Amino acid sequence: MPVSQEALDAVALSRAEYEQLVERLKREPNEVELGMFGSLWSEHCGYKNSKPLLRLFPSGGDRVLTQAGAENAGAIDVGGGRCVVMKVESHNHPSAIEPYQGAATGVGGIVRDIFAMGAYPIALLDSLRFGTLDEPQTRYLYDGVVGGIGGYGNCLGIPNVGGEVFFAAPYNGNPLVNAMCVGVADIDKLVSARASGEGSVLLLVGSDTGRDGIHGASGLASRTDPESRFAEMRPAVQVGNPFMEKLLMEACYELASRHSDWIVGIQDLGAAGLTSSIVECCARGRTGAVIDIERVPRRETGMTPYEVMLSESQERMLIIAKPEHVDQVTALFHGWELHCEAIGTVVGGPDVIIREHGEEVARVPWETATEPPEYRRAGERPAEITELNRFDIGSLPDLAPGDASAALLRMLARPNIASKRGVYRRYDQQVLGNTVIQPGGDAGVVRIDETDLAVALTTDCNARLAYLDPYAGGAIAVAEAARNIVCTGANPVAVTDCMNFGSPEKPDVYYTMEQAVRGISEACMEFGTPVVSGNVSLYNERSGRPVYPTPVIGMLGVLDDASKHLGAGFTAAGSPVWLLGADVAQPAPTLAGSEYLEAEHETVAGLPVVDLLAEHRLQQLVLAANDEGLLRSAHDCSEGGLAVAVAESSMLGAHGFESTADFDPGERLDSALFGEAQGRIVVSLRRDSDADRLRELAREYEVPLAHLGQTVEAETFRLGPIESTLPELTYAYEALMRL
Amino acid sequence: MRFAIVRFPGTWSDRDCYRVLHDVLGQEASILWHRETDLSGYDAVVLPGGFSYGDYLRCGAIARFSPVMDSVVSFAEAGKPVIGICNGFQVLCESHLLPGALILNDSLQFRCEWTHLRRDGGDTPWASAIPAGDVIRIPISHGDGNYFAEPGTLDELERDSRVIFRYCDEHGDVTAEANPNGSQRNIAGIINRRGNVLGMMPHPERAGEDIVGGTDGNRIWTSLIEAGLAAVR
Repeated sequence: MPVSQEALDAVALSRAEYEQLVERLKREPNEVELGMFGSLWSEHCGYKNSKPLLRLFPSGGDRVLTQAGAENAGAIDVGGGRCVVMKVESHNHPSAIEPYQGAATGVGGIVRDIFAMGAYPIALLDSLRFGTLDEPQTRYLYDGVVGGIGGYGNCLGIPNVGGEVFFAAPYNGNPLVNAMCVGVADIDKLVSARASGEGSVLLLVGSDTGRDGIHGASGLASRTDPESRFAEMRPAVQVGNPFMEKLLMEACYELASRHSDWIVGIQDLGAAGLTSSIVECCARGRTGAVIDIERVPRRETGMTPYEVMLSESQERMLIIAKPEHVDQVTALFHGWELHCEAIGTVVGGPDVIIREHGEEVARVPWETATEPPEYRRAGERPAEITELNRFDIGSLPDLAPGDASAALLRMLARPNIASKRGVYRRYDQQVLGNTVIQPGGDAGVVRIDETDLAVALTTDCNARLAYLDPYAGGAIAVAEAARNIVCTGANPVAVTDCMNFGSPEKPDVYYTMEQAVRGISEACMEFGTPVVSGNVSLYNERSGRPVYPTPVIGMLGVLDDASKHLGAGFTAAGSPVWLLGADVAQPAPTLAGSEYLEAEHETVAGLPVVDLLAEHRLQQLVLAANDEGLLRSAHDCSEGGLAVAVAESSMLGAHGFESTADFDPGERLDSALFGEAQGRIVVSLRRDSDADRLRELAREYEVPLAHLGQTVEAETFRLGPIESTLPELTYAYEALMRL
Repeated sequence: MRFAIVRFPGTWSDRDCYRVLHDVLGQEASILWHRETDLSGYDAVVLPGGFSYGDYLRCGAIARFSPVMDSVVSFAEAGKPVIGICNGFQVLCESHLLPGALILNDSLQFRCEWTHLRRDGGDTPWASAIPAGDVIRIPISHGDGNYFAEPGTLDELERDSRVIFRYCDEHGDVTAEANPNGSQRNIAGIINRRGNVLGMMPHPERAGEDIVGGTDGNRIWTSLIEAGLAAVR
């Protein structure tokens, strides 16, 4: 009997995919198998639309310890026998339906990816995008998502050290919630998510399995659901238990760091629950397994094998233990007051076999299951982009000098620029005692225990620029992330990415994804920052409109000497302030895609450009200047341009600023003050006499520079025609906190 | 001195306290699982911050029944020094070693930020090296740090000089704006009648090194360490 369309829809497989499955299995799958394949072949687990593109990323390097996509997260050698493990992951669709739990379990999932590697999580970051704040639903989602991230992360005791929050109409009803986690391990204690060695025992630890989250991977994350279905989809969003996760995290770290000889592998249970974790572990170890499903501890009675295999109940881990050490592993988990049940055994052969009371209920060949069909689609450049790129910004009226002070206040109060303190003060930023730079600056900086090292961490993506030019936007996301890292004195080392797009089945959406991947790849080559891990979230659409193309870049930088970290604030009076990378005057096209253009002219248009070579030289200059001890602060120019960057440095360091008498904005005031030309960093110097050395270095690195002015003790702020005071700037900058 | 740092399921400030006491201040310190009941080898007990049992019930309400707590109560009743930080303060209140309760912040939100505290009140080994009126800068990190007690209890605390720290601005003025959580009378930390038990919401262990933002928190630990040395002399 042919399978019904309804059954295929339930697992999000197409008829053609089903036929391919039958051909490869040489039989029809039963109901349990169909559910398992639906999940494993979903975009969320199988990356069937994105894999060919993701292969374009440069992923290797001297410091890289993991193969792209081979493990739960990427690992990078940071020296001293230690490595950093990192990954960013999305939880967009669940957060749209149930913001608190959607975001909370997003944090839970990414943290498990990190401690599954044997690493101890040391930092969280989150990159958030919402619709506009005039939509009541946006406020509900914003408050729920921030609350969920805090509620989960705070309970775990992992500091949140950075991220971004961006508001724009294309995210109305479809927020993006990307969480990044970073952990540290001794290199020789890294654990693989692998099942191998016949007779090894599969232990399920942590929470009991319930009916929550069934079809999360295949349903929620792998197609576009109409908003009218949100109420019925709500049960597919899991509920988090961070207390359980805290115990799991401590227990798994103790197991990996002290008793790695007891185990073969550790794997977390995420999307598609037991199905994906068992099948992926077996595929990595190229071995089969037998699972006795009645041994899986349940939260409720009467659960079918289908439900048990597809449940996405949170806070569960799979431990693959050597048979002679099962008792010790079990005792370790019991010591942390956690459940630990043997649910199966590693056997040879090509199949993962699921039994219920000895009777086979599913037989899934791991090779077929982990090799879903791949789609190379033909992209098509969206016509509207071409039109927007041609827009002549020079035809708009310039900012009047008399309005410049008010314009700065209006810009600082824009939700996309205003201080995010109202968000990050809801997150623990200091637990573990290593936070050197807290959120609010360019990047978070966290010390690594037992070394002199610190890591700098940031997430970046200017989605408006990626919308206007996905290639440049992808490259700019990397360039800006690297610039932020450099502004803390750290050297950019590696990238993790989260590709948030609409439906890949639409040629224009596919085009933007392909271009963004190419832009990211080129920039990563230029900066020598391989992409070591990542995640793809597609089908981000509402009412048929995709979100802005949003390729989020999470970047890791390394400071060999933590004491050489740099902040963004003007922390002393009398410091000369310089702009590195450009002159003050900027032409009108640098307003392309800027916050100013949208704020003051309700226009999203123009053609963003990036010069990666110039950007790289600029960053090397800043690192060299910091190495020589010339710099007191460094802050990058991004959203809001030069005026916002200088104002932020003033507010952060609680010192005023006076520009030089010859401050010359050139032919257009708006683009000089608020244009968003890439490759610019505002620095303050330790001593007047350092300016000569800075000029010499700039010549050496071929970087243009301009003297902007100097910091002052008073609360005055003067930048060209702008006259204000720190309290006035701060009041505007805290607009989002008065929401 | 020998410090016992208690770890309940869900505690997360245990390692931070250990780092400051052991690595920074050179004291002996051990982290004790909550099933431990023998405190005989220790000079002081630290109940650190965190979310014991997830704080799913009232904060500290379950941890209070942990096996270690009978020993902590005896330790305190013997006049030996006990400090409860954040979740530890909540556990001390639940255990009735300190009066009052910590309820939800008046913002209804978690708050993690640097605060200024003014040293008030009378003698305690936990603050003997901090003169009255001094202002120290220490971070908070909690969702339930809003100190509440009956007016009579508050008056008694004031009369007995048992309010040791109050939230204030950088100049030491106790103002409504400087109160981060709605605590009555800006109370951030209190002691028991004997002065050997201190409960405080701010985290002194997070202000133990310049590179993480300051060292004011060490003044609390060194008060006790110096008081201990003086007692020996």
